Amino acid sequence: MGRVGGRRRDRLRWSKLYTFSCFRTPATDDAAGPSAASDGGSAVGGPGFSRVVHCNNPVLHRRKPLKYPTNYISTTKYNVLTFFPKAIFEQFRRVANLYFLLTAILSLTPVCPFSPVSMIAPLAFVVGLSMIKEGVEDWRRFIQDMKVNNRKVAVHNGDGQFGYRHWEDLCVGDVVKVEKDQFFPADLLLLSSSYEDGICYVETMNLDGETNLKVKRSLEVTLPLEEDESFKDFRAMIRCEDPNPSLYTFVGNLEYERQVYAIDPFQILLRDSKLRNTAFIYGVVIFTGHDSKVMQNSTESPSKRSRIERKMDLIIYILFTVLVLISLISSIGFAVRIKLDLPHWWYLQPQNSNKLDDPSHPALSGIFHLITALILYGYLIPISLYVSIELVKVLQAHFINQDIHMFDEETGITAQARTSNLNEELGQVHTILSDKTGTLTCNQMDFLKCSIAGVSYGVGSSEVELAAAKQMASGADDQDIPLQDVWEENNEDEIQLVEGVNFSVGNNRKASIKSFSFDDDRLMQGNWTKEPNSSTILLFFRILSLCHTAIPEINDATGSITYEAESPDEGAFLVAAREFGFEFFKRTQSSVFVREKHTSSKGTTEREFKILNLLEFNSKRKRMSVILKDEDGQILLFCKGADSIIFDRLAKNGRMYEADTTRHLNDYGEAGLRTLALSYRLLEESEYSSWSAEFLKAKTTIGPDRELQLERVSDLIERELILVGATAVEDKLQKGVPQCIDRLAQAGLKIWVLTGDKMETAINIGYACSLLRQGMKRICLSIPTGDQVAHDAKKAAKESLMLQIANGSQMVKLDKDPDAAFALVIDGKALAFALEDDMKHMFLNLAIECASVICCRVSPKQKALVTRLVKEGIGQTTLAIGDGANDVGMIQEADIGVGISGVEGMQAVMASDFSISQFRFLERLLVVHGHWCYKRIAQMICYFFYKNIAFGLTIFYFEAFAGFSGQSVYDDWFMLLFNVVLTSLPVISLGVFEQDVSSEICLQFPALYQQGPKNLFFDWYRILGWMGNGLYSSLAIFFLNLCIFYDQAIRAGGQTADMAAVGTTMFTCIIWAVNMQIALTMSHFTWIQHLFVWGSITTWYLFILAYGMTLRSRDNYKILLEVLGPAPLYWAATLLVTAACNIPYLIHISYQRSCNPLDHHVIQEIKYLRKDVEDQTMWKRERSKARQKTKIGFTARVDAKIKQIRGKLHKKGPALTIHTVS
Amino acid sequence: MDPFEVEGDSRKSNKPKYSKFTQQELPACKPLLTPGIVVSAFSLIGILFVPIGLASLSASQEIVELIDRYDTSCVPMTDKVGFIQNSKTDKTCTRTLTVPKQMKSPIYVYYQIGDFYQNHRRYVKSRSDKQLRYKEAAGLTKNCEPEGNSADGAPIIPCGLIAWSLFNDTYTISVNKKAIEVNKKGIAWQSDKNNKFGSDVYPSNFQKGNIIGGAKLNESIPLSEQEDLIVWMRTAALPTFRKLYGRIEADIMANDQLTVVIQNNYNTYSFGGSKVLVLSTTSWIGGKNNFIGVAYLTIGGLCLFLAVGFIVLYMFKPRALGDPSYLSWNRDILD
Repeated sequence: MGRVGGRRRDRLRWSKLYTFSCFRTPATDDAAGPSAASDGGSAVGGPGFSRVVHCNNPVLHRRKPLKYPTNYISTTKYNVLTFFPKAIFEQFRRVANLYFLLTAILSLTPVCPFSPVSMIAPLAFVVGLSMIKEGVEDWRRFIQDMKVNNRKVAVHNGDGQFGYRHWEDLCVGDVVKVEKDQFFPADLLLLSSSYEDGICYVETMNLDGETNLKVKRSLEVTLPLEEDESFKDFRAMIRCEDPNPSLYTFVGNLEYERQVYAIDPFQILLRDSKLRNTAFIYGVVIFTGHDSKVMQNSTESPSKRSRIERKMDLIIYILFTVLVLISLISSIGFAVRIKLDLPHWWYLQPQNSNKLDDPSHPALSGIFHLITALILYGYLIPISLYVSIELVKVLQAHFINQDIHMFDEETGITAQARTSNLNEELGQVHTILSDKTGTLTCNQMDFLKCSIAGVSYGVGSSEVELAAAKQMASGADDQDIPLQDVWEENNEDEIQLVEGVNFSVGNNRKASIKSFSFDDDRLMQGNWTKEPNSSTILLFFRILSLCHTAIPEINDATGSITYEAESPDEGAFLVAAREFGFEFFKRTQSSVFVREKHTSSKGTTEREFKILNLLEFNSKRKRMSVILKDEDGQILLFCKGADSIIFDRLAKNGRMYEADTTRHLNDYGEAGLRTLALSYRLLEESEYSSWSAEFLKAKTTIGPDRELQLERVSDLIERELILVGATAVEDKLQKGVPQCIDRLAQAGLKIWVLTGDKMETAINIGYACSLLRQGMKRICLSIPTGDQVAHDAKKAAKESLMLQIANGSQMVKLDKDPDAAFALVIDGKALAFALEDDMKHMFLNLAIECASVICCRVSPKQKALVTRLVKEGIGQTTLAIGDGANDVGMIQEADIGVGISGVEGMQAVMASDFSISQFRFLERLLVVHGHWCYKRIAQMICYFFYKNIAFGLTIFYFEAFAGFSGQSVYDDWFMLLFNVVLTSLPVISLGVFEQDVSSEICLQFPALYQQGPKNLFFDWYRILGWMGNGLYSSLAIFFLNLCIFYDQAIRAGGQTADMAAVGTTMFTCIIWAVNMQIALTMSHFTWIQHLFVWGSITTWYLFILAYGMTLRSRDNYKILLEVLGPAPLYWAATLLVTAACNIPYLIHISYQRSCNPLDHHVIQEIKYLRKDVEDQTMWKRERSKARQKTKIGFTARVDAKIKQIRGKLHKKGPALTIHTVS
Repeated sequence: MDPFEVEGDSRKSNKPKYSKFTQQELPACKPLLTPGIVVSAFSLIGILFVPIGLASLSASQEIVELIDRYDTSCVPMTDKVGFIQNSKTDKTCTRTLTVPKQMKSPIYVYYQIGDFYQNHRRYVKSRSDKQLRYKEAAGLTKNCEPEGNSADGAPIIPCGLIAWSLFNDTYTISVNKKAIEVNKKGIAWQSDKNNKFGSDVYPSNFQKGNIIGGAKLNESIPLSEQEDLIVWMRTAALPTFRKLYGRIEADIMANDQLTVVIQNNYNTYSFGGSKVLVLSTTSWIGGKNNFIGVAYLTIGGLCLFLAVGFIVLYMFKPRALGDPSYLSWNRDILD
């Protein structure tokens, strides 16, 4: 519609109609800091306020000193020039890589026991690979930036012409025209809008997460700039503050036509917020690119490392200590031998010694030898570990990106692992901190039910009721079948419950209308006229269609009407009213026009209602009223608002339906619906006019008193109301959210909801997501409002909060009922105190005891603080998920940040580690990918240490037999290939493809996920076990071979073994042993694993064959063909050593599996024996039992509901037995 | 609506293509350690290993080995080093051995040296493979110092400490006073002779320096035919090692008297190393090597024992495969 209505100016002056919002200074939030707008004007021009913007004259900003950054944004780490040095630097910041670099440099000196190439080649390979990975990831970021930079916006090109230009080409001083539902490309000064009085609506969800629209208003002087042509000669100058991150302040002034006007935040439109309900606006660019407030707010995302990796570093340090230790032993041994024995070893010509082994300076030689030894035993520290892990993680990330089950068909967005560092951390999550709007809900309201005159309308039943009914129906005949998976088999259409209540399920709603899911024939098609209270119903519909601030928009093509409402609730009401036959179609400055159609047979009548006053909604008043005069001249006040507010204001005779309505409201509330009560009041002419006079007086008051006055006067009229009914609107959850929360809860995860919305909304969503349910004991922490007297209030508030927390903890402690569940709801203000140092632990302890925690009205900063509190307080992995810029802090603070992509701007996604397009994909991301990745990486690292210890220590043992001279028994090439080629692919295939159980089973048994948070696979017991295994293997490999090849002939031909033969045999044994070991470790062999494991062994033989063909191989020349191949002893030794190395592990796993099987072992066996098919009852039973005993989530709620229903049934008919599910 | 959405059409094309690989659904074999497999795995190892052990042990038992350490008795009790370093003294030493069992041809003659660090890094490095192979590479003696070049700067061929310290004891063997030939051909690896030691490379400047290390080489015989050198150049892995000296291609009967006339030239006395003469027959496993047989028998026996052990375990602590009561959530209830 944007362009169609673009030229026409809407004939509305909202500023006349609005009572509160247009003139108030913005409510300074806790996070916002004091508004400097009023008094900052004097500072302009001074330090920190030096910016000068020549409006509509961007040419001036192309040169210094007025040259400001372009609107190009870049979030990449490197550019073409800096990539190489920076990436190299990054690589060598890792201790291990630095160590290897040092050894590579030393390998060029005679100290090194190996040839230089065998040290440099692996390092180059490893570093090169890591750098390629780094480059690819940065390239992706670059592409994402380009997407944003290449968005287009209409810019004034001079002569009153506007043309589209890329965002990145935008310059300070440009005049831009932003149309409806577009994002602002930079921070703008609002000049004028499609509304006559320069008002526009802005959605700032990306900035602060608030869903209600904000009103911005231009300065009076710029109002005439209402058309493209008017910018032809527009010249003005803005002097204002320098770029800063404060979102809620702005200081500056506009010099226009030789007058100076102060600019306050009301005229500033921030980048990444969105124009709503306004056809277009004109604005001047003030801050571009990285100068814009939203970019100033973005902090460099911290580099996160997973728990496993941090532990791995510790192990590396341990190994390093071991390395230094054995090197010391080695060099002391060397020094001693040099001193005592070397002079006698005439065959070494000791008289001709150089510094490296000089008998007269044994200490110096020892020190040189220490370096040699450090290099020699460097194999203890797996050089390829980091690169292998990185490679594996990239591949794992690729699998996450490619997962078809995390692809959203609607938006066409796949899951993205933006950093692959944290894959395995996904498998260890303990607490999830979730944003609400945009994450759990789609910010769309559906009119679902209403209660009019004490009668509840709307048969659509909530999902909880449905599922409970299904359970009852299926479980009634067979008591042994426990709770089924409530989400399965959703194809039945109607279920007859014992009590004879019909629950309709599924798709029998008519062709769905957006925002309207109401279904009740009593009210539809004009049938309401036949209802007993039809006059009240009429009133109800009128309130729906009249009491709002929306504007209708007529689609020129189809003639249908859409509404531009300030909040989605309001939109839902209007759609509902339209469906009921009260179509609001026109608003003028003073009137609202409604097309009424009472019965389906009668035609429509257009009615005009004169709007006298509009007392709009705000979070403090929690109500809105409209005073109007109908066609009969009656003056009516329609008021809708929170039930508690309305009920307080009812007249004595207006409470007729109060009891029934309250009951309905409770029902609706429990079903997770948002409720509002509707009421009206008939005003006498005289009464109104006297009030109106007073109101006018209040309205024209100037000064700080004004607001109070207005509120007081408004309060006077909004009394003596008569209750009409209540509405119930469903805050539409995103697809699959309750299911996902349910499963995550079953996987033992804690879920905290942090929302910027008000408490009521948050609680509703809590119900809808089954984080809250009836019967749960709710602990609400909030600061009593009202007394706001400076610091005393603060102290009092703190004390009161302390008391509340103490009471809550006491309550939790004293409760003996095992089924009791507690929920903690805390308000943003209370949270500010609760997060203070002296209270946060108390608060956290209480929160841990509660099954669910909901924090409302939290600022972005508080979100981050809560996340930090949980992360540091519990010491477990936290995951934060959100979609808006207000979640960025939280996403960056948490161990894992997940961004919801595809709905709104990119801030959250840019800051996140993983992005998914729907909350429901979190389940698969954690339960499947997280679980797999955790186990894979854990196993992989353990195995890596094992294999390098097994290999590295044999080199050390040999030294004892070689006079500690630093000679290696293996050929340089063997050592070079060991990590890079011969043993790398199997372990990579383990890290990429290993699956303990299939993805379906992961999902069917969320309890398996607990293996991660409990860290069963990377605890010290396991790590040390693997290291011990490596130690044992090294001993077995070395000493068995030593004894076999000690001095005897190795073949019938009488030849004895030389060093090459012993080394090659030992190396063969190592290759066999470590590859057999990994084969024993794996539980999932696809052709890839087979290829890699057996291929590695084959590669070794092929290599030694090929290598034996070259003369470079020296003593290994033709070693396999001529020396070892024909020797049965060689093959016998290989078999013996391989078996000896692996038998202990085999014993261990056999014993563990038979006596102490882990869950995945048993499930593997069940699958193996196909018991899940043969004994489906057992399978189902186990699946339901596997769910953690959760107190939140849908299943828990259905359980509770069933208990409740069964309890009732039991009272009615004792014949029915009660079967409770534990 | 949004004029900026350029990627609107790419929605569908973003969809990951389904493949069993990317969805991680590749068919896989999932071996499971069932009791049956455990028991049969251990039994199998046992059944395989015990016969191998027995076979190699019996092969080792058949071998007849004569060992004679002669370094102590072939020198005077005092000033052993002075004696051995004096090139003028007569170092002939005669040893008489009795053969306990019949030794079938071929009988291998070895010398065994103890405490000689042929695996010392300084020693191992001190050679020039190129020089040994190619005539043109005579000058490549960089690694050979201090035995690289002679005093006048000419390259020593073969250079380096290994060649320089070539073993130079000789054995002359007679059976029942009748001399028998010790064949010194074919004791080196064929590939070494063919490819690593040049047939056109002749020793030169060898052992001409101030200190004489070990054996001298006949300068008219190319390196590829100097088999003693070739054997020696294959450095041993351990400080005690045996190297092939020659081959007797005749049977020696039990109780035959062997007389070995030894030229005791090689200095092991400086570092206290031993020198041993060994005569041994071989079998398919090589020399007399009981260890491998015993090791196989031990591991085989252990596996059989383990197989029985696991059978007992499964009998006394049976766990039905896939018994759900062992799942953690069921066990929590029991606990």
